[in-house]
Order: sequence, then structure tokens, then C-alpha cells
Amino acid sequence: MIKEDRFLEKIADFCISKSKDLGSTSSNVLVMNTISENVNIRNKKLDGSERSENLGVTLTTYIGKKKASISSTNLSENNLIELVTRCIDSTKVTPEDEYNSLPDQELHFKGEKNLELYDNTHLSNDEKINFIKEAEEVAFSHDKIVNTNGSGFSETKSNFILANSNGFSDGYKTSQFTAYCEVVSKSNGSMERDYEYSSKRHYKDLLTPKQIGESAAKLAISKLNPKKIESNKMGIVFDKRIAQNLLSTFASAISSNTISKGTTFLKDCLNKKVFNDQINIIDKANIKKANGSRYFDSEGVRIEDLQLVKNGILSDYLVETYSGKKINRKSNGRSSGTTNLYFENGDQSFDQLINLDKKLLYIKETIGRGANIITGDYSVGASGIMIENGKFTFPVSEITIAGNFNEMFKNIILADDLEFKYSTNSPTMLVNGITVGGK
Amino acid sequence: MSSFFKNTDLDLNKAEKIVSETLSKCDDGELYLEDTKSESIVLDDNKIKSSNYTKDSGYGFRAINGDVVAYSHSNEISEKSLKNSSRSLKSTLKNSEGIYNSEIKKTNQKFYNDLDPVDEKNLADKIKILNEINEYSRSISGSVKQVTANFLGERKNIEILRCGGELLKDSRPLVRINVSVMVEKNGRKETGVYGVGGRQSYDEFLKNDDWKKICDEAYRIATTNLESKASPAGEMKVVLGPGWPAILIHEAVGHGLEGDFNRKKTSVFHDLVGKKVASDGVTIIDDGTIDKRRGSLNIDDEGTPTEKTVLIENGILKNFMQDRLNARLMNTKSTGNGRRESYKHIVMPRMRNTIMLNGNNTQDEMIKSVDKGIFAVSFGGGQVDITSGKFVFSCTEAYEIINGKIGSPIKGATLIGDGPSSLKEVLMVGNDMMLDPGIGTCGKAGQGVPVGVGQPSLLIDKMTVGGTQI
Repeated sequence: MIKEDRFLEKIADFCISKSKDLGSTSSNVLVMNTISENVNIRNKKLDGSERSENLGVTLTTYIGKKKASISSTNLSENNLIELVTRCIDSTKVTPEDEYNSLPDQELHFKGEKNLELYDNTHLSNDEKINFIKEAEEVAFSHDKIVNTNGSGFSETKSNFILANSNGFSDGYKTSQFTAYCEVVSKSNGSMERDYEYSSKRHYKDLLTPKQIGESAAKLAISKLNPKKIESNKMGIVFDKRIAQNLLSTFASAISSNTISKGTTFLKDCLNKKVFNDQINIIDKANIKKANGSRYFDSEGVRIEDLQLVKNGILSDYLVETYSGKKINRKSNGRSSGTTNLYFENGDQSFDQLINLDKKLLYIKETIGRGANIITGDYSVGASGIMIENGKFTFPVSEITIAGNFNEMFKNIILADDLEFKYSTNSPTMLVNGITVGGK
Repeated sequence: MSSFFKNTDLDLNKAEKIVSETLSKCDDGELYLEDTKSESIVLDDNKIKSSNYTKDSGYGFRAINGDVVAYSHSNEISEKSLKNSSRSLKSTLKNSEGIYNSEIKKTNQKFYNDLDPVDEKNLADKIKILNEINEYSRSISGSVKQVTANFLGERKNIEILRCGGELLKDSRPLVRINVSVMVEKNGRKETGVYGVGGRQSYDEFLKNDDWKKICDEAYRIATTNLESKASPAGEMKVVLGPGWPAILIHEAVGHGLEGDFNRKKTSVFHDLVGKKVASDGVTIIDDGTIDKRRGSLNIDDEGTPTEKTVLIENGILKNFMQDRLNARLMNTKSTGNGRRESYKHIVMPRMRNTIMLNGNNTQDEMIKSVDKGIFAVSFGGGQVDITSGKFVFSCTEAYEIINGKIGSPIKGATLIGDGPSSLKEVLMVGNDMMLDPGIGTCGKAGQGVPVGVGQPSLLIDKMTVGGTQI
């Protein structure tokens, strides 16, 4: 059973009062309990099961403008005392930093918690196995699916208390149900893999096993017998699962941390045109049941809705307390990053989008971490499918795609097919003028 | 004696009883106990941005029957918790009728000292050096606008209790020091990153002001990149420098030779043992026994002594890397590659220090032989798709080669290749083998473990370079 609030609060209170006794001027503590149960299957047969239970504490103590942190999974009173003592000792020897502080009290979250982020449903191991076995069975019903890389189902429940010495103390339960299926296709000596997965806070919101298995199989089969194409500059259509990565890169380039240090290609771009007129980017924390929803950030600060980009203009940053002070901005509750971040829909249908040019390359997978947020340079390995005259013609692999975000962002055209599958979401995206490295 | 049951209601005897009772009818399994302390001290933007200390202990209880693995872990080391885990394992494996394999090789081998990098040097001293690193790096040139430096230290004690009461132990130190420098000139910004590390004390890397070399190297890479022009795109010849560029080997063939993917037949290499998979002269080993290296271990996380495993010999595929489970199912022996990130993670076959041995060519010969290509000296990370064999790695320092001469630096680009064919495209193997500086972490199925790589300079006939210039 997941630990209840009272149990976690007691530990949090103990850490805060002990820190004060030992000389801290303020402190912040997170006590978190997570229980997760996974089953993995392979070739429709049980491969493994795993149960994990974690209970841990992370404490930050301040003495004036000095700060240090500790974390531990041993919550016995003796160990906690030893750790708080160690934390205070470390704080004393750490140099002062004028920007160190807890968040402003008036920014603390106070309010209703009605986003339905917790689903009490519990599936037995057999029920989990049956769910994901059905997905594999559906995938294997396709002739060209010959193997599996493993499929699985996990159920995770968490509860936490975040408290600080300024009187903030709050927490809530969350749940996450995840099913994935990764299969291997084979034909004429070519072997490919692909996956589908679904991850939701509520069990009932998951895709069905049939949808997962069917999608994984189709994706893996569509990659078989790929060709390599000539190097060229062309329009790239990013599948939604890849398009969201570009949005994540944008988010990391506008955090107060990177902005304050100047280590981003979007420094000095506030109120300037970064995308074309049609582009709007929103970060919204209070969508019911959504994966990215939360009530407050890791400092206890309430989370405002943000329109980060309006008609192509960068209109806000993601701000947390410490680095926010360096750029004279108050926290807008982003010390844990973005929440539900998304591009608003464009005005093209998917079909219109893939007909915008005679030849386009549809990218379904990229490999490597090729985004440099300091220079804005982008270069990754990729595979996908050629689109000719609006028709998907043949799979392509062992190519690279490269460009610079400064130009790429201005060349984005979005379809109108946004859905909230992940916490960061984009409609299908066309970007013109990207260099494809091939033969 | 075990040190894990102090201040708990368990002792070795009680724990052994639960373990033996749970595993006696299983094919394999163990109770893995771990106690880790670690620290991370970060200097960023002229300030000590964070100083974190973590103490974590717990156990992972594993039972294996046939090819089914049941795993239960907890950070509460107590009789109740262990019995709960035991019940959970039994309920997964139901009516297991296996015969426990008690065979495990003994060893006294030691490749690192039993030391505690976290506590043997006090925090104030570490902070002082980080500040010196910051000041020194900024003093190199006015173009240095940002410096980030960090110390990561860890001591991990593990014990493995097997059915029948056999107890295996290891104590593992690990440190890493990183410096990242951002330079700016005429409105253009670039970074350079360099780091060192291994299973030893921080002081081994700090003595004689050796840390200045880390800063100098980070600065050199950053300023080189300031002069870089757009990278070419498309297939061309590639000369790889010695040392860290061996990420190529790790990605191109390393992962594909891990036992699990081959037992499951999802690796492109699964039916290629005894076959030619690389050019003549290419020999690749995975070695867990090199003194004080990041990827070295006395015993792996199942208790098997590590060894030097030959993977590819003179171009022929010889062996896969095995843990106990995959070895048993493939009728072979564990090669001591069974590893896990922590007690919270299951064991998988993982690399240790993966190295290509020396050949006879010089780097000069390689460069002189190239009309048009690139010379890649330093890399960020890499990734591979085991099933299709496609792999990438990204350059952080590279130059163009024109008519046998090294030309201008080029911007960081991703290189993509095909694992099974790329090593057949090796045209020359250098005589300058070098190990990496000790900073590698390999990710697989969500688990990160420290690894090493090494290689001499290499000339590869063709790889696709992910630049913007056609």
C-alpha cells in the first residue's frame, strides 16, 4: 500500500524541525513514496516480473545564503539525525550565494486539487500479463512479425509531501499505467523493430491492447527493406512522436537557468519573432488527468498557464526562483520544467500537409542526441518513409538530418492533428529546408 | 560476515534461510545487497550551485526459473520486507521445479583499492578546487564566458548472498571530474567539455595541478569550435582519433554482442559467431580487469569474476558477453558481464571496458590516404538500434581532410553507420591505442552503468556524416 499523507508529513516535519534545531535558517524537504509493479513478456510468454517500493527523503538546508542538500532512503530516526547533521555541516562550508532562497511565500500553491491525477485501480500480475499478451498476439497475427523485443505493463503509484520552513506543506497521490509492445519484423534479410506504447494516469484511458499491438506491428513492417537516399536539402515531415522532441528542445532553451547564463541560442529573443506568425506554444498545468499536470512545482510554487509563443513571438520564459532572480523575474512555477506543453493546431489537415511538396521525407524515428542548445545546431540519425506526390512510397534509413533551430523554427508548418498522448505534444510538423545526409 | 544486517532484525543466518528456502527449487537467483554513498558538487556561473550527498541502501531479491525472472527490491532491509519479497517471487514463478546452479568461480582479484572518495577528502577542499578551476579557466582567455565544473564521487559496497549461504563481496570507488567551458567571440558561442575519472581517489587526478589540463583541454575544444565551419553531409571517408572515439565500437558492435539480444535473436549478430564481421586486423575485447578503470570490476553484479573476453579476433566473431541467465540458456559460461545500475534494477549483460587492439598503421598514413573526408577527434554520445544495426555518434571536435591534409575544423555533426558492415569498412588500424579519459556511462533499458572504451586511430572507408553542407 502506498503511504498516506500523515506518515510522510511526520518525516517531513521531523527533518524541518531538526534542521532548525541544528542551525538552519530555512529548509525544504521532499518525502516521496513510490510503488511500482511491472510485468514483461516475450513471445506471448512471461519473461519477468518486478516489484519495487521506494521511500526516500531529500532535504535542502540554508544558513543565510549558504545551501546544501542530502538525500537518503533510510528513514530511521538515527539515520535522519545523522543526515540532517551532515547537511548542516555541508551548508556551513559552502560559500554564500546571494540568489539562494526559498520561494516567495505569496507564490505558494493554495487551492483545490481536483485534477484527478490518481486512479486507485489495481491490476493483479495476471491481469497485467493478459493485457499485454493480447497486444503481442495481435502483433504476431501479422506474418512479417517474427519476434519481439519484449512487451510490458507497469502500474506505478506515488505519494509525496513537499514542505518548507515558511509553512508550505502539501502533496498528492499520482498514478501511471503504461503498456508497451516492441516487435521485430523480418523480410528478405531485412530486420527492423518498432514499438507502440500508451501511458496514462487512469487505467481506462489507455489504448486497448489491440490498438497497441496493431500499431507496433504496422510500424515495424513499414520499415522493412529500407533504402538509403541521396544527400539533399528537402522538406521533412516529423511524425508527432518526433515533433514533440523539437518542442522539448525549445523549452530547454528558454529556461531561466540557461537564459541567465547565456548558454542558449534564444538568449535576448524575448518579444522577438522566433517562429512564423502561425505558431502558438502553450504550457498548461491544469488539464484534468493529463500526464504533465501538476498543482505546484518542486518548490511548492503555483503554476501559471503560460503562452510561451504568441503568433511566432517569444513571450515568456520558464522561470524558477533561483535563476529567476538573476534575470529579475518571479518564478512562474517551472522548477520542475514544463507541464503539458504543446503547439496549438495548425490550419492544414495531415493530407494537405503531406501534399505541400512533390517530395517530402516523413521521419518516424531519430537516433542520437544531436541538439545543441547553445548554438542551435541540430544533427541526428534518422529513418522514415519517402512521400512522393502525397503518397508514402518506400522506407528510408541510415540517413542524417541536420539544420539550425533558428531557421528551422521559422520554417515550421503544423497540421491540425494535436492529441495529448505525452506531456509534451505537437501536431504533425513540416519543416522545409533541412539537409538530409545520405549517399 | 555481512555488514548489512547491523541495526536490523535480520542476521546472516536468518537471511540465508529465507534466500535458500525461496531459491532451492529455482535455476538461479540471489539476494543482492547494496549500500551506496555518493556526492555531486556543481560549480556553475561562478557559484557553487549545488552540493548534494546521497546515502542509499537496499536489496534486490531475484529468482530465475527457465527464462523467467522474478525480481523484488526494497530499501527496507528487514525480515518482514524480505519475506514479502520472497512471497512475491514465488507467486510469479508458481510451481518452480528447477535445480539451483551453485557453481560460481572464486576470485581474489583486485583492480582497485578499498577506498572512500566521498569521505577521504573533505567538502571544503573540494569546493576550493572547484573555485580554482573556475578562476583558472576564466583566466585562460577573455573569451571564456561561462564555466561549469563538477565532482561526482561514489562508494558502493555490495554483497551477494546465494542459495546455500555463499557470500560474495565487493567495494567499489568511483570518481569523475568534469569541466565545461563556453567561449564567445564576435557574437558566436561554442562550448568545450572535458573530464577524467576512474575507480580511485580524486587526488590522483588533482595532484601536481593536473586539473589544469582538464580546463586547458575544454578550452582548446571550445576555441577550435569557434573557428568551425558547416560540416559536409553525405558518405565519405572518416579517420577516427585514438581513445574516446571508440564509442564507435561500443555502439557499432558492442551492444549487438550482448548475450540477451543474441539469445532472443533480436541482434543482427545472433547467427554470425565464427563468421567474418570485421576487416582483417580488427581485434576487439571487453576487459573488466584493467587497473582502476571506470569499467573495471573485481566481480560483476552476480558475483562472477570479471575477465578479458575476446569478442572479435582478426575480423572473426568469437564470443558474446554473458550474464548467468543468458549463458545458461545459450549453453555457455558467464563472462562476468552481468551488471545492474543498482539494487533497484535487474541484471543484464553489459559492457565493461570495450577496446580495439593495435594494428600497424600510423595516423599520418591514414590522413595522407584521404582525398576528401573528415578527421574526428572527440565525441559526445552515441546510440544504436540493435535490430537494424544502425548506430550514430556525435562529433564534438572534427576537421575536414582535403587531399591528404587536415583542414578547417567543422561543426559538430552526427555520424551514422551500419554496425555489421562498418567494421568491414575499416581500411587501416593504427598503432596508437589509447583508453578514454574515464567518463563513459552506458545506458540500456533505462539503466546507466560506468563503462570504458579504447582504440587506436582508425580509417573507415565510408560513413554518412550529418552536416548541412552538400
